[in-house]
Amino acid sequence: MAFLEFNNVRIAGIAAGVPRTIANNLHPTPWDVVSKDYAPEDFVKTTGVLERRISFTLTTSDLCYAAAEKLIKDLGWSKEEIGAIFFVSQNPDYILPATSCIMQDRLGLSKECYTEDISLGCSGWVYGLSSAAAVLGHGNIQKALLCVGEAKGRVQGDKRRLSPLFGSAGTVTALEYKEGESGFRFHFGTDGSGFDAIIVPDGGARNPATISSFNTEYVEGKETIRLISRMKGMDVFSFGITTVPKSVKALSEHFGFDYLQSDYFVFHQANMKMNNMIVKKLKIPTEKVPSSMYHFGNTNGASIPMTIVAELKNKCEDKLTKFVCCGFGVGLSWGTVAFYTDKLIISDLVEVSDEETDNVHVI
Amino acid sequence: MEIKEFVEHFAEQFDDTDASVFKPETRFRDLDEWSSLIGLSIIAMVDEEYDVTLKGDDVKKSNTIEDIFNIVKSRL
Repeated sequence: MAFLEFNNVRIAGIAAGVPRTIANNLHPTPWDVVSKDYAPEDFVKTTGVLERRISFTLTTSDLCYAAAEKLIKDLGWSKEEIGAIFFVSQNPDYILPATSCIMQDRLGLSKECYTEDISLGCSGWVYGLSSAAAVLGHGNIQKALLCVGEAKGRVQGDKRRLSPLFGSAGTVTALEYKEGESGFRFHFGTDGSGFDAIIVPDGGARNPATISSFNTEYVEGKETIRLISRMKGMDVFSFGITTVPKSVKALSEHFGFDYLQSDYFVFHQANMKMNNMIVKKLKIPTEKVPSSMYHFGNTNGASIPMTIVAELKNKCEDKLTKFVCCGFGVGLSWGTVAFYTDKLIISDLVEVSDEETDNVHVI
Repeated sequence: MEIKEFVEHFAEQFDDTDASVFKPETRFRDLDEWSSLIGLSIIAMVDEEYDVTLKGDDVKKSNTIEDIFNIVKSRL
């Protein structure tokens, strides 16, 4: 069973960066790929996504960079202390090198820095947390930044295409070594038989990108190309509503605690219908379940820290707060974590202008 | 598990289609209101009422409400 526990590490702070531009799903943009099967109102009603942030310029790392600068300042950390960066995204700045290497230089961190990119989607924050906690747990490295997000895509094709479900966000979670902290308890799972439930078919080594990868095709009533991610919505839905409740229960049973005693449950913001089902099955009071999808959409791996920034600021910072969080999605992959926060710093939402894109690490 | 009850639960997922329209032999995809969003509601309803997991292919391969009923029944 994939249960893990790391002690002596705490979350010191969380920040989120989003593009300034807001798209409203009741008035789809010219770039939104909308199914003709249903009206915009029905889409908003079912998914719970009214607005989302979009940019054709800002990459995930641009958003994470702005969030990181703000968070480092709010924490009062000095940059020399930060010894590790994890960057979790499926839209890196370049195919290579790793974006975490670029982040090290852009943030002006020491060259004595452990950097690592992790290619995961909606489960990515929880996996990143366990990687960071494992690296910090011995105290050799004292402070780390976990950058998680999804923004501008890697491929454009003949025209711009946006999904009305997804919003751009780049989050940073600051972690530090502190002896005696209870740390994190995790449950992880994977089902690679669902590899094609959410997939970009071309552009990897299995199907290298060719000119035909740009050909328009229709999948589940929506126009797309083979270099853009596609989703089997009903499969992902049934995966989410069955797997997430089981994972939360498995975690609480394995570590012997009552999950219902937690103060907040922050789930990946998949869509409202799926999340409502998950909450209902776990019998959690809805006031303990913050949601950011109405204003920010499904922000992929960023959605858990994004929700904490958008919904829990001024609610939990100064008191001991028990969290249970679960990320789930592409892979198929899922992870649930239980932890406490105390004296948590939650930065104000960082709104990033298109001009704030990286102009140094360009070629 | 009764087909009559299943058809009623199925009908409850639709807002604008009259309940009298729904019969075991109804080809649900031909209904104006049918969409992949309603498909999600059907999966949720089956999970809630019968504790059975339907996948996208189960819905896609089915033509009538009774086809879905039979899949659910076989997994009870």
